[in-house]
Amino acid sequence: MAPRREDEHEDDEEIDFTDLRERYEVQLDEGLDTFVVVDGCPKVPADSRPKLIKLDTNTTEGYAFVEYNTPDQALLACKQLNGMALDRKHTVSINKLTDIEHFGREGRIKEEYVEPEIEPFAEQEHLRSWLSDINSRDQFIMYRSENVGVFWNKKKDVPEPVIDRAGWTESFVQWSPQGTFLTSVHGQGVQLWGGASWKRIMRFAHPIVNLVDFSPNEKYLVTWSNKPISIPENPPPNFPLGPDEDGKSFIIWDIKTGNLLRSFTSVEVTGDRDAELFEKSRKKVSWPVFKWSSDDKYVARVVPEQSIQVFETPSMLLLGKKAIKIEGVVDFEWSPSIPTAEKGKKEPEQLLCYWTPEMNNQTARVGLMSIPSKEIIRTRNLVNVSDCKLHWQSEGKYLCVKVDRHTKTKKSMYTSLEFFRVKEKNIPVEIVELKQVVINFAWEPKGDRFVFITVDEAIQGAQVAPKTSVHFYAPEKIKNGVGEFCLVKTVEKKNSNAIYWSPKGRFALIATVHSQQSFDLEFWDFDFEGEKQKQDKASKNKDLAANLMLMGTSEHYGLTDVEWDPTGRYVATSASMWKHAMENGYHLWDFKGYLLREEHIDKFKQFLWRPRPPTMLSKEEQKQIRKNLREYSKQFDEEDQFEADVANKEVLEARKRQLDEWRAWRARIEKEVRWERVDLGLPEDPEEALREAAGEEEDKVVEEIIEEVISEHEEEIA
Amino acid sequence: MRPILLQGHERSLTQIKYNKDGDLLFSTAKDHVVCAWYSVNGERVGTYKGHVGALWTVDVDPATTLLATGSADNTIRIWDVRTGKQLKMWEFPTAVKRVEFSEDGTLLLAVTEQRMGHLGTVVVFPITVDLEAEQVDEPNFTITFRESKATVAAWSYLNKYIITGHEDGRVSQYDGKTGELIRDVQAHELDMQITDIQMAPDRTYFITCSKDKTAKILDVNELKVMKTYVTDTPLNTAALTPKKDFVILGGGQEARDVTTTSQRQGKFEARFYHKIFEDEIGRVKGHFGPLNTIAVHPQGVGYASGGEDGYVRVHHFDKPYFDFAYEVEKMKG
Repeated sequence: MAPRREDEHEDDEEIDFTDLRERYEVQLDEGLDTFVVVDGCPKVPADSRPKLIKLDTNTTEGYAFVEYNTPDQALLACKQLNGMALDRKHTVSINKLTDIEHFGREGRIKEEYVEPEIEPFAEQEHLRSWLSDINSRDQFIMYRSENVGVFWNKKKDVPEPVIDRAGWTESFVQWSPQGTFLTSVHGQGVQLWGGASWKRIMRFAHPIVNLVDFSPNEKYLVTWSNKPISIPENPPPNFPLGPDEDGKSFIIWDIKTGNLLRSFTSVEVTGDRDAELFEKSRKKVSWPVFKWSSDDKYVARVVPEQSIQVFETPSMLLLGKKAIKIEGVVDFEWSPSIPTAEKGKKEPEQLLCYWTPEMNNQTARVGLMSIPSKEIIRTRNLVNVSDCKLHWQSEGKYLCVKVDRHTKTKKSMYTSLEFFRVKEKNIPVEIVELKQVVINFAWEPKGDRFVFITVDEAIQGAQVAPKTSVHFYAPEKIKNGVGEFCLVKTVEKKNSNAIYWSPKGRFALIATVHSQQSFDLEFWDFDFEGEKQKQDKASKNKDLAANLMLMGTSEHYGLTDVEWDPTGRYVATSASMWKHAMENGYHLWDFKGYLLREEHIDKFKQFLWRPRPPTMLSKEEQKQIRKNLREYSKQFDEEDQFEADVANKEVLEARKRQLDEWRAWRARIEKEVRWERVDLGLPEDPEEALREAAGEEEDKVVEEIIEEVISEHEEEIA
Repeated sequence: MRPILLQGHERSLTQIKYNKDGDLLFSTAKDHVVCAWYSVNGERVGTYKGHVGALWTVDVDPATTLLATGSADNTIRIWDVRTGKQLKMWEFPTAVKRVEFSEDGTLLLAVTEQRMGHLGTVVVFPITVDLEAEQVDEPNFTITFRESKATVAAWSYLNKYIITGHEDGRVSQYDGKTGELIRDVQAHELDMQITDIQMAPDRTYFITCSKDKTAKILDVNELKVMKTYVTDTPLNTAALTPKKDFVILGGGQEARDVTTTSQRQGKFEARFYHKIFEDEIGRVKGHFGPLNTIAVHPQGVGYASGGEDGYVRVHHFDKPYFDFAYEVEKMKG
């Protein structure tokens, strides 16, 4: 062995290492790595110099050089202090001196100013072209197997394909909140698609992205990956993320420009303090983490038990430069109402509500805070609280806090619903106390009615899941304003677990989803236009703003998802292979619960209606349309009828053609066979001989009944 | 339409056949017995015992004199239909997957399996339709498949062609006298096995079905695909109905996947499609396993289906079946 090793050594000498050497060559310390350049300092006259020197600098040219002890410190200064505001007028930018040398070397920047060339205006596709469909149909997306397709809703008929692409996304698809963009999710990041040609509008690089969230007005995008971004030591030249993003999990983007606004690490709950809570928070990612105010102006997230961080857009700096400290805070929600500026104030105030649990001899508390003033305008103390869920009504008129409480012994649970009437003076609170636990609650969109589902206590050791009850509530009719919330009806002994309100209100679909045994669908109408329904539970002497009626019941085997179309006329229920592999596909219903269409599609994953932006018609115009609905509907009925007639006629003609073709072919082939038989000297018709032999006799049925006594014995009956 | 349930087999059915008069029904299953039944009431006439392997296929000659069976014991046997006596046995190196008499009963084709170095073949024997006659030992000719093996085969009218369906989804046409390849079409999806082939009564066209979830009608001369029936489940069998222009398709979730899914999911129904318009017009439930084989009464008055569940269900059509017609069919001319 030994001599051979020597040989190998000799070989080694000849190997060309230049490529490796280049790659791993240590950059010689230029000695300037410890310097940074501070730009944007105030230009001060000589007498103010001492003041400025306090701020680490001694020139008045507007820039300064600072030397640190080590290059690492210099780098850290660049990272942390860049963009820091000294005061209202001055924001310093800090760069490494070597960088300035590198990028600003002579020749790199032209001495003479050259006017940038303005690119000629190129007409862009209208991103909302789908709204101008002649029949005002809605679009939806279906993701099945590897294909993602956009279709027009054709009610009963086969959906009309708009576009169908294989491998359009790698994990799922998502519409932006107003339907402008379609989001596809890939290993490298997120892409937005849109316009009539479905071209790519924008790309956002975020490796191994898991979830995506839009701001309500489609200005910003949040992407999240459960794996912190790791920037390779020597990133390839086109690597989309910079060293600032190293270790970050969230990125907030500007959709129009595609620019990265700011990235965040995820907030880790301090592990040793409360291990249980820590585990809980690890398991459950409640999405979205970053919550947007309704006007996209603020985005906020909670740092559990400590504070709420509110960031202003587009600067993405903390509102008032610091997080709002609220000890113990668990969760918060923005009011969805569109804020309007009050007289004499520059910035419109908007509300967010938060809650804190019981701790340190203090009761649990729900608070309403006004932003940007950070003023707490209402709080309410609560006792025996296990958990709270915050439900805003879609216009921000009411806030329902679902408080899950425990009895003093902590043996049983019950729920109380606390309603904050936010738009009324002093924000009065109304309470609905229940004996059971509420598992689901939903406000009527733009309305003041709600539905919730309670679950009976589980029987110990029972195999079946406990039964649920569905409760319908509406306010009492009073002269001014909105009366007390009263129970309209309770439906007991159900399995239902989900509430889906029509986006236009009035109709609600109560469903049982993700269940192995039950797949019920119930279609309810809150304003039934007929005889006033007797509501058994409602107090007799109260006049409630509802006439509740069950319009239809149905089932969809294996149901996992329910989606109302944006107009509230149709509802799609689907069984997705992400949950199970049984009878994947979708059903399409009208709002009354009449089944329009069902399709079983192997490997069906997603059904999503394309959202519509809010209407541009004024209230009066909408009223006018509603008034003349009868006339419009006549016209639409005629159109539908015409289309059906044409389709019928086409089908009929196609069938006639098929039949004629088949008959013609049969006649021809039969003749050919006969000739061939004659050529071979066989009888023309092979059956003829047989039939003659049989003598054209009809089949005779011979029935013979044979009775057989198997055993017989007598028995005496006393 | 109340079916008659035939519970004579202990394992899954492989093929069922009516005789030409339609009064008898023959069935084979993976147990080692061939059964004969009265089709009218489901009474068992008798069995043909002798095979020592799973049975794959059965056919009866037009005069209901001879019965041919093919089995995984690598034999074809000829039986006396009336007495159940074995008249002849041919041995092969591999299992026999399909046998079929020609229109006039003078020829018998058989499809043999490809296994252990033996290529798949179609062999053709001359048959003397006489209980006393000694059948010859050697085939007229053998077609050997070097590429994709044949899974099913059938005779055309006047024994002009042998039509074969292949494992890779192709349909081929061979000369009925010499065994030369004439034509070859990729009728079904590539590498989706053709599972059944059944001739129309006059043998001028035939229906094939495949694991690609479709069934197709092709003409025997040109192998032109004339009709396509699209379903949502892999198909095992397809049959044409005389009298009415329908086809009956059967299949279901693959047998090995059945235990993992509910019966509801399995799609174990016989599906009726309109032969000319290609529309689905009805389904018949009943089996609790995939349908392996369907045979239609030669007079078109009923049908029988055999399932993976080991049962044969014999159906006699009711009046509404015969009354059913599309508007265009009712129109004269």
